[in-house]
Amino acid sequence: MVNLIATQWHPLLTGLLNTILCSIIALVGSMIIGTLFALLEISENRVLRVIGRIYVEVFRNIPLLVITMAFFLIIPMYIAKINGFTAGTIGLTLYTSAFIAETVRAGINSIEGGQLEGALSTGMTYHQAMRYIILPQAFRVVIPPLGNQFINLVKNSSVLAFVAGFDLMYQGNLIANDTLQTIPTYFIVGIMYLIITLPLSYYMRHLEKKLA
Amino acid sequence: MKKLWHILGLGALLAMTLLTLSACGKSVAKQDVLAQDEQSKQITWGVKSDTRLFGLENIRTGRLEGFEIDLAKAMTKKILGPNGKCVFVPVTSGTRVPLLKNGNIDAIMATMTITPERQKQVDFTHSYFDAGQSLLVKKDSPIKNINDLNHPGKVVLGVSGSNSVKNVAKYAPKARVLQLSDYAQAMTALKSKQGNALTTDNGILYGMAAENPGYEVVGGNFTKEPYGIAVNKNQDRFRNKLNWALKKVEEDGTYNRLLLKWFGNVKGFNYQEMKR
Repeated sequence: MVNLIATQWHPLLTGLLNTILCSIIALVGSMIIGTLFALLEISENRVLRVIGRIYVEVFRNIPLLVITMAFFLIIPMYIAKINGFTAGTIGLTLYTSAFIAETVRAGINSIEGGQLEGALSTGMTYHQAMRYIILPQAFRVVIPPLGNQFINLVKNSSVLAFVAGFDLMYQGNLIANDTLQTIPTYFIVGIMYLIITLPLSYYMRHLEKKLA
Repeated sequence: MKKLWHILGLGALLAMTLLTLSACGKSVAKQDVLAQDEQSKQITWGVKSDTRLFGLENIRTGRLEGFEIDLAKAMTKKILGPNGKCVFVPVTSGTRVPLLKNGNIDAIMATMTITPERQKQVDFTHSYFDAGQSLLVKKDSPIKNINDLNHPGKVVLGVSGSNSVKNVAKYAPKARVLQLSDYAQAMTALKSKQGNALTTDNGILYGMAAENPGYEVVGGNFTKEPYGIAVNKNQDRFRNKLNWALKKVEEDGTYNRLLLKWFGNVKGFNYQEMKR
């Protein structure tokens, strides 16, 4: 196994960096999109609510692999040329954002209605009340489930392997096929995912303690 | 800190389990495959199920069909007699060697090129089909041969685990190689313009060109890819028996009959050159 790391460190490192890059982009992107659609879902406006609902149900209920494949195969045919990494990252962002939207919506709903009324009665607009009163409290409540989503996101990034996104899993597949040392290769790949997910997991716990 | 030790402990446990599992794999290799097969009257072959002309699952009947399937059947009859049975296990370029090593299959006949690296892991019989690597492109494509791909920005599609992707690095080092999981996916990626050309062995490409009229095989063969049947190391009796059976089917004309059956109508295929 040491020998395998010694000879294959370069592709493994490239894979690790691509997985981290994809995860960071998807994490930030899905947080923003997810929060936006959570706000749509609880909106007073019926049309906005329906739009939010459709978005969440579509991306939450289609397998990630199908979404990614669609971006990898269909978009280049008709719209624009995008590579595997981009297709995978977009797919992962949209897929995760649907789950984050549901999580954030649950957080917002858990804040008592009186908070919003109170904020509005002090002269705040709806947007201000959301921005300064409701959302900060909602995020604090949903930190544990968000942590779950983030960890899932990192692991789900392995979908890039299917669209030649040069991530850790892709490189792992190639090394396993090349060296025919299947079990040690996937063992190393598993450890490398832990290198990303364990600190993330601990950071989310830390955040939970700090803010609770 | 205590938690960290727990995690390390779990990791160690996992590593030990894996070691035990790989040790089990080794004991499989020590058994005499030929003796077992002669007793059970069946040989388990690892074959392709997604490769037209070689091994393809017929969606309507659920049966595997192709040159390799027929050849495996003929060879099984030679080895085990008329009552000998074939069991076919579909494999991919990526899964075939692990499946052989852990004893799930007795032999691999799945468009597998004999290469020195693979010979370190498995043993091969004599070649049963002399393929060569070529290119599949869209009909009006400016790509005419492998040299046209040797430019930065050109993308070549291949299937991971196949020998052909490694050859691209040798013959067109400036091209970028995208490795996908199977031929169907690689073909779809070519159609959606994710790459300039799809590369693999000519026999497989002919099958794809026949299925997709807008595409053609160009540039001739730029490598030699002799296909061999792979068996586990230390199975010399089984390997010798397979070589003997291969020779038998070549001598009695079965080989040429199967070659004609599968490749006789394929445009660009030279029967006279390939017959034995």
